Amino acid sequence: MAPTSPVIEVRNLTRSYGAQPVVQDVSFALQAGETLVLLGPSGCGKTTLLRMLNRLVEPDTGTVHVNGQDVRQLPPEQLRRRIGYVIQQVGLLPHYTVAENVAIVPRLLKADEAQITRRTEELLTRLHLPPARFAGQYPHQLSGGQQQRVGLARALAADPPIILLDEPFGALDPITRSSIRREFRELPELRQKTMVLVTHDVQEAFELADRILLLNHGQPQQLGTPRELLFHPANSFVREFFAADYLSLQLRVLRLHDVLSHQASGIEKHSLNSLKSDSNIIPHTVSIQDALQYFSSISASSGTPSTPSIIWVQGLDSANPDRLVPLTYPALMGAFAQTVQQLQTV
Amino acid sequence: MKILTELLAFWQLQADKIGQQTLQHIGLTAASLVLGILVGVPLGLLLTRRPRLAPWVLGLAGVLQTIPSIALLGFLIPAMGIGPVPAILALFLYSLLPIVRNTLEGVRGVDAAVVDAARGLGLTDTQILLQVELPLAFPVLLAGIRTAAVINVGVATLAAYIAAGGLGEFIFGGIALNNPAMILAGAIPAALLALGFDAVLAGAQRLSGRRLVWAGRALLVGLPLVAGLYLLPRAATKLLAGFSPEFVGRSDGLPGLQKLYGLRPVSVVLAPALVYEAARHGNVDIIDGYSTDGRIRAYNLLTLRDDRHAFPPYQAVPVVRRQVLQQHPELAAALNRLAGQLSDSVMTDLNYRVDYLHESPRAVAHRFLRERGLWQEAQPVRGATIRLGSKIFAEQYILTELYSALIRGYTNLGVEAKTGLGGTTICAEALRTGAIDMYPEYTGTGLLVVIQPSNATLDSLGSDPATVLRYVRKQYQQRYQLEWLAPLGFNNTYALLMRRQQARQLGISSISELSRFLQ
Repeated sequence: MAPTSPVIEVRNLTRSYGAQPVVQDVSFALQAGETLVLLGPSGCGKTTLLRMLNRLVEPDTGTVHVNGQDVRQLPPEQLRRRIGYVIQQVGLLPHYTVAENVAIVPRLLKADEAQITRRTEELLTRLHLPPARFAGQYPHQLSGGQQQRVGLARALAADPPIILLDEPFGALDPITRSSIRREFRELPELRQKTMVLVTHDVQEAFELADRILLLNHGQPQQLGTPRELLFHPANSFVREFFAADYLSLQLRVLRLHDVLSHQASGIEKHSLNSLKSDSNIIPHTVSIQDALQYFSSISASSGTPSTPSIIWVQGLDSANPDRLVPLTYPALMGAFAQTVQQLQTV
Repeated sequence: MKILTELLAFWQLQADKIGQQTLQHIGLTAASLVLGILVGVPLGLLLTRRPRLAPWVLGLAGVLQTIPSIALLGFLIPAMGIGPVPAILALFLYSLLPIVRNTLEGVRGVDAAVVDAARGLGLTDTQILLQVELPLAFPVLLAGIRTAAVINVGVATLAAYIAAGGLGEFIFGGIALNNPAMILAGAIPAALLALGFDAVLAGAQRLSGRRLVWAGRALLVGLPLVAGLYLLPRAATKLLAGFSPEFVGRSDGLPGLQKLYGLRPVSVVLAPALVYEAARHGNVDIIDGYSTDGRIRAYNLLTLRDDRHAFPPYQAVPVVRRQVLQQHPELAAALNRLAGQLSDSVMTDLNYRVDYLHESPRAVAHRFLRERGLWQEAQPVRGATIRLGSKIFAEQYILTELYSALIRGYTNLGVEAKTGLGGTTICAEALRTGAIDMYPEYTGTGLLVVIQPSNATLDSLGSDPATVLRYVRKQYQQRYQLEWLAPLGFNNTYALLMRRQQARQLGISSISELSRFLQ
């Protein structure tokens, strides 16, 4: 596959239920390894759009190409076996054990049984479900979070290059949800996958997306990176959609190098008080939000609130990547405020 | 307590018969269940894929369910005759609704998310059906089969009415004979069978996972085997008899024949209304009937001669109030003109004309009198009016018309007919109180229903028609001042009937010959 050709290419997809248009003229193309989040309020057509990708819903007009091939040229079952699918309700087969659920697609593809067993155990281990304990259990014996992990393992079992996820964390409580989301983000299995994820949760979208397609009433409002949507909204709907979470989204989107490149001076004089150690050095790619969390964690452990805590940022100077730049909490907040002001006026 | 000892005695006496009937009952139920599953489950699954058809199919199955079972059997008989085939078909139709509905509801009840996930993973529609929907719907489906099984055990008792055997034979025999022990002898095993079927299927329902699949397979293999039980006792026989339940149980019916002739034909039990049809269509070869029934002629049946007088005499005789006879001496002469004129076959023919050719009793009666030269035009009425009664069936209507015409033709008395009196006791009572002046009665009926003598007296009377008539006449005179005139000639009693052609081929014309042939 040539690197330039998109893994998924959607052209002018339209679908109506009766007289009610659900998806109107949506187009996008995804490169290998990219994560696209379909975002929008309930009933905006994002799930229908997702289901048209693996032909669970057939479009009225428009085309879907996967790896350059029109999906209509394949029997839908064969198409689906090559695309992972995860849904909010998980939908584990209640009469199958965990291991049998994970093995469904490899068995459909008539993979070697020994290989299936190996793959199942590997996936369950990686998703923190030790096979010795969980492989023989039935879905009703698992918690919601465990079920969702099995659902994910099932989608990954045949190692499909594409994964579709429909509100995969939607049914979980907030704590389980954020921990599974973190696991999900860090799962090496998913690094290379091309993913399309449906959510109505703005924070989730910003955490996971390479690009976001924001939909309203089936019409695409804007397609772009989280930063583009946040700082360059295409219309008032986009702007208002993010208004409530504006600050936290900025903290999540902007990284240290985005705010610190403007002013790398004026902090030096405080640096004397602080020792550099492995525990207070962070890379420049960290988001502002994570850096702030870092500050609060070290100030809690240092126990001296009078002296400002300092962290050392690595890699800001591209000419000298090992150079460490010290940073205090007030300095970070000042730089952040300045950057936001600049970005909004551009 | 008495009924319990009677019941136990009955079971002891009929042990092999009960065993055979139980096997037949299980076979009938299982065979219809197999059919119900083979048709109902695929039909239910089809409905899950064509939901628009569902209300129609379920509605139709529901309508079938509401047809009273005896009526459903009645509908099937013209098309399929009698025997196991229509019985199994009827039971099958009853099992459809629960099986189809529960299949549909079971599949509908499968979590939509599970089906959606399975489809999204790339299972084909068939794989979803077989690997996801069917296993998950199985407990509900099985509940439907369970319902059908219990319904069918119950309805299968009715199979006895159409010669399909089963535990209903004793139940309906018991009802016909008003014998509670006999009813229980069939009803208790039937109830136990229903509980047994239910328990086995309930056990299957509680299984889970793999075992459930095995249970499903065992059910599919086991049921036809059980259904096969039904065929086992159906050994080949020279002639098959079909008897109504009452005939089988009454001492002057089949047991009397066994005692007197040693006649033990291989027999099935049938609804009284169906025995003639069964003989006509060749489902059975020997039936019980009444000697003057019009269908004997209509279906070309032969009455086997009762050469050892096993059947009691039921001679038809006009019964008249003595007072009326004394006041109008000319009446007895007019009535007695009919004495001896009506043989069994003549009466059968007259009944046939009314019942099957749908001629009016009056026309039939008048033509008969003309043919016999007994007809006289009505005389002017100058005297009192004679009130004639009759029971509700064609033979009595015809006799009433005959007597009306004779009284009008040979006397100056007027006639008023009070037809359609509902039964022997009503007629006898009407006659005693003077509400009517006369009606035709049968000696056996007068003896057993009205006089009700002791068993010892009955035994001493035996089955000689003249003796019985003498006794009845004397008793009526003494007790009620009623007179039995001269017999009309025919004897409306039990009769053994065969198809005329077959009887001729086999050279059988009497019950003794039949008994010899069967040995």
